Amino acid sequence: MVEHGDIRVVHRGGIARYCRFLCERGIFCCCRFLLCGSGYEVKVFSTSTEECIHDLRAHTDLVTGVLLRPSNHLQAYSCSTDGTVRLWDYTDGILIKTYVIGYPIYSIYTSANHSGVLFVVTPTSDKRSEFQLVAVHLPQSGDQLVEAREFSAVLSDVSSNPAATSFGRGGEYIASAKGLQLEVYFFKKQKPYRFFLKEDNKKGGKNTFTCLACHPKDDCIATGHEDGKIRLWRNFNHKKEYTYTTLHWHHSAVSSLCFTPEGTNLLSGGIESVLVQWRYNQESQRDFLPRLGAAITHIAVSPDGALFCTSHSDNKITIIRSSIQVSAVIQGLVKGDSVRTDLMVDPRSKALVLNGKPGHLQFYSLQRDKLLYNLDIVQQEYIHQSGLEQFEVVKAAFDAYGNWLATVEERKQKPTELELNLKLWAFDEQTQSFMLNTTISAPHEARITAMCFCHSTDSQTTVLVSVSKDGHFKAWQLAPATHTEDEGPSWSCDFVGAYHSLVPECCCFSADGSLLAVSFQEVVTVWSPASWELLTTLSQPPGAIRNLCFGQLTCSKYLLGTTDKNLLCCWNLLTCSLEWSTSMDVSLLLSDPFSENMAAFCCQAGCTDLFVFKPSEPRPLFSHKAVCLGKVTRAVFAPREKMLESCEETSQWLNHSQLYFVTQYMDLLTFTTKAEEDRLMASSKQLVISDSVAMTPFSVLLGKRSQQEGQEAASSLLAERTQLPQGSAAVRELLQTPAHVLPSTSFLCSMFVESLLISVTDNRKKGRTIYNYFIVAQQHFMSKIE
Amino acid sequence: MASFKPTKIPIYPKLGEKVTQDTVYWKNYKAPVQIKEFGAVTNIHFSPVAPHNYAVTAFTRIHIYGPFSQEPVKSFTRFKDTAYCGRYRSDGQLLVAGCEDSVVRLFDVSGKVALRMFKGHTKAVHVTDFTSERYHIFTGSDDYTCRLWDIPNATELNTYQEHTDYIRCGVTSKLNRDLFITGSYDHTLKLFDARVDKSVITMDHGQPVESVLLYPSEGLVVSAGGRYVKVWDLLKGGQPLVSLKNHHKTVTSLCLSSNGQRLLSASLDRHVKVYNTTNFRVVHNFDYAASVLSLALAPDDESIIVGMTNGVLSIKHRKSPEESKEVSHQQRRRPSYRVFVKGKNYMPKQDDYLVSKPVREYLTKYDKHLKKFNISKALDSALQRKPEVTVAVIKELDRRGTLKNALAGRDEKALSELLHFITKNMVDFRFAPVLVPAANMILDIYRSVIGQSPVVDRQLLYLQDLLQKEINYQQELLDVLGMLDTLFASSVPRKELLCLEGMNNCTLG
Repeated sequence: MVEHGDIRVVHRGGIARYCRFLCERGIFCCCRFLLCGSGYEVKVFSTSTEECIHDLRAHTDLVTGVLLRPSNHLQAYSCSTDGTVRLWDYTDGILIKTYVIGYPIYSIYTSANHSGVLFVVTPTSDKRSEFQLVAVHLPQSGDQLVEAREFSAVLSDVSSNPAATSFGRGGEYIASAKGLQLEVYFFKKQKPYRFFLKEDNKKGGKNTFTCLACHPKDDCIATGHEDGKIRLWRNFNHKKEYTYTTLHWHHSAVSSLCFTPEGTNLLSGGIESVLVQWRYNQESQRDFLPRLGAAITHIAVSPDGALFCTSHSDNKITIIRSSIQVSAVIQGLVKGDSVRTDLMVDPRSKALVLNGKPGHLQFYSLQRDKLLYNLDIVQQEYIHQSGLEQFEVVKAAFDAYGNWLATVEERKQKPTELELNLKLWAFDEQTQSFMLNTTISAPHEARITAMCFCHSTDSQTTVLVSVSKDGHFKAWQLAPATHTEDEGPSWSCDFVGAYHSLVPECCCFSADGSLLAVSFQEVVTVWSPASWELLTTLSQPPGAIRNLCFGQLTCSKYLLGTTDKNLLCCWNLLTCSLEWSTSMDVSLLLSDPFSENMAAFCCQAGCTDLFVFKPSEPRPLFSHKAVCLGKVTRAVFAPREKMLESCEETSQWLNHSQLYFVTQYMDLLTFTTKAEEDRLMASSKQLVISDSVAMTPFSVLLGKRSQQEGQEAASSLLAERTQLPQGSAAVRELLQTPAHVLPSTSFLCSMFVESLLISVTDNRKKGRTIYNYFIVAQQHFMSKIE
Repeated sequence: MASFKPTKIPIYPKLGEKVTQDTVYWKNYKAPVQIKEFGAVTNIHFSPVAPHNYAVTAFTRIHIYGPFSQEPVKSFTRFKDTAYCGRYRSDGQLLVAGCEDSVVRLFDVSGKVALRMFKGHTKAVHVTDFTSERYHIFTGSDDYTCRLWDIPNATELNTYQEHTDYIRCGVTSKLNRDLFITGSYDHTLKLFDARVDKSVITMDHGQPVESVLLYPSEGLVVSAGGRYVKVWDLLKGGQPLVSLKNHHKTVTSLCLSSNGQRLLSASLDRHVKVYNTTNFRVVHNFDYAASVLSLALAPDDESIIVGMTNGVLSIKHRKSPEESKEVSHQQRRRPSYRVFVKGKNYMPKQDDYLVSKPVREYLTKYDKHLKKFNISKALDSALQRKPEVTVAVIKELDRRGTLKNALAGRDEKALSELLHFITKNMVDFRFAPVLVPAANMILDIYRSVIGQSPVVDRQLLYLQDLLQKEINYQQELLDVLGMLDTLFASSVPRKELLCLEGMNNCTLG
């Protein structure tokens, strides 16, 4: 995170915010809770309601593993690459102990047989191997922060993949697989056994180990392989006489294996996104749970065996009953490889809309930080197979009211065979979702590079413009209903435009919908959508236009464009001349539809800078160096539910809307002001104490005030916690006296106000918020008296 | 867990005419009943009273047909020469007809012999009609005159000699006893008022007028002549309202539908066209075997009766509601008896909580196979279906990357079936993008076994021939397109281009 005075960059997005680093591992604590590592924190979910109950926050780096403490099932260990292992009470969300290991930890294992010892995978300094398995003896100490210094190496060369190592029957041995080697370490004999496989067998299978699981009751190790085979190893305490049997159902790599607690079943999953349940010793009997949505990355089973959970590559956890039926789905922001569609805001639900599951658009509520639903655009069975060209949603656009959604899907098998579909979806009031209205197959001969709706609010007809690499732009219009009643209105092509056989790149409608700007390489053409006349052309050599954007509200006479020759130009459409231009390498330019502001992202030396400015003056209102690492690929201004009243000049641009953006590493980021963050923090703290004290305006007001009086010095975040109402004598008297013996309101009011006044107002802002609170409180008070 | 998504069958835009409410309405007629008359059927007129018999004038006879009879109920045969324009009076009791021999005859519909003979015209009388007060007859003749006759005395009341050519059509007003309109080969329509001795309004049609029609409101008059149908506004003193040119031969007859919303015109080009009277667009078209001379619609559009030059009278009756519904009933598959017999008569009480059974989704056979990844079987079962379905399944297999596997490993019979489908549908432009790669794949797969089966070889040769033809055809089409482009380019005015360039110069400057 980046600190910048008042405004901060904050990550957003559901369960696993750092999906690119780690797919979260879910573990069960009992049937009621599910723990999973998510970014810098551990989340505790309820298995029945799918809600997040606690965020266990203390780690300063990625959480790599979560594990139940074998001796106490109400506590859990978590390990992180920050070099610490922390012990939590997850039911109450309290950090009990922190063990400092000192090396980044990539996974953690324990066993009931080894009390007081943790097995962790850490990187080695040795050149021959990258990671080693180390036993850490936890010192017995009452302190909260304990430094563990007693290490002993167990296995010298292991994989960092947490699924590739496992404890066997009652902790007697530990098995680890890496590459083509399976290593079993017996603690009694203090001796490892190694088993090797050939790289490729005759049938062209790949034998590389991907994961393993040990049977809890039996001497059996199940290993998953690159070619989809599962091998069950037995007799492995002999160097020579070991045996294995092979099970083959998966067609590609097995990514996770898990035995049920009694060892009766073996669960396996992979890229096919099918959960397979094998009966132990009757391997021909299999149960399947197909179409789980995305590749399975991890499988876990609850200690009583009643629930399974699978975590998926699309930031999702599925909770499955032991009868192989899905019982709950915990879904965060679906993350793909890239956001092909732009970031958009649904005008109706105010949800963020972007690519979701393959072939879907996801609607993500920013206010509640929760996925609302996935809209199936492609409507085809998704085949989970690597190397297969699938239909992808590449463009999407909403009209001004959210009544229409246009999507473009494409599938490129060969360079010459491009399959394109333009689909138009109408919002259905009854079902409250989008219904397919028109499908236009092959709307253009080449890839569509931009698409936008006419955003005018008063025009009768809606116009959609799509711009393609085939050198044309097409205007689509909603044709009136045909004569028969069963057929509703549908979309058809209204106009095809081209300019000197140049290739168009971007298009943009002016705020009132009276002008359409289409950029043809180095020339910007301005058209009138009413008559489809070419009104004027603007050109500013050199450089092809990269972004095109009309000004909003009072600045609607300006048209801004960026070129690939590092130029940001602003044309005045009244005079048809260049107003100003500046040399900037702008990678992304967008306008805030709720104010005159424009945001420009400049990519420089691996970092992205943000400039916010008004088109009327070429001086930035706000600039932020190094917003994030890498390039910002997409951004959007989302409207706020409630307008902020910040008066500071640098944060004024955030009053009407909030800027969300996605980096090339698929992180969703936003800007928040300091005041906003404090409010959020306070509300979350209030939730914690809410069970002890009823939340009334009084408690909030009095708690705040007494805190200010008492702890002016304490500035840490913990001090923010709201205190219980104590209040002055006057307030206590007022609250405790029965209503019917109270003196008149006018008499009480002055006394009450006096008791609430703050002697010194050193901070004007604070003073105002308190005053606001006071108004609210007084209103409540008056209504109570009446 | 999502359920299996069945293969999406794309809906291809239908070529040809769109199904509109009008086409549904006008197609809802049974197959025509054809009756051979002695000569060309020149006029058909419906009796205004039930049971709405109609008089068909053909050659020297007038036949009266009942609404459902195929035999004439009655015939009037006492004409010396060709009869013209047999028309009923508004009470359905009397019938008037002109004749080539210039005598106008008045019949009682129950009698046989003419009640009155009106003699005075010097040439053939092509137009006869009753005025709305029922005691006068109006006639128009080839002697350029039109006359009014009194029925009781059989005397001539008035003669109008304004037309300068044959009067071939005319109609009396149903609301005003004194008004009538005539159309003549002198290209004019004239509105006469019996109270004055001359025409009140004259409208120039531009072609010899063949038919005249008054709207029920009598504010508009429709005339047909030459290839044109023209609508005139009488209230504005005969201003032309619309001119329709939808036929490519002379329009001979006009008729309004029962609700007055549609206008029908019949022409020598063998078509009957239906117009919407609000925007005067053609909404439907009937084709007939010969040139149409006369046209009439039964009240409530119960039947369309058309008379043609070859003497055939074609009668189309409207389908009864049961008949038109029958088709859809047959298509719907009923659930089995067993499902309904249990609790059939149980009525849910007020507080009952209704639990609806989850609707089971049925997959088609090919989808079931696709779900199980049985690709060859899926293709086999899809080949039995409509070509749209088969092509969609082939596309789906291609998307899954398993089309080659599905096409391979076929015996002679299965392969010839596949080739048969491909040869049948490959040149269809809707399917070609999918089927051409599939055909390529088949050739690749079975290259080694070509020559072993005469059946397959024959089909392959046929396919080659077909492709060659298609290539030639496309080549020719491209040639034509090139020619058209040249024509279009030369017809575009140069002005716009100059204007654009000027604007560019301005902005650059």
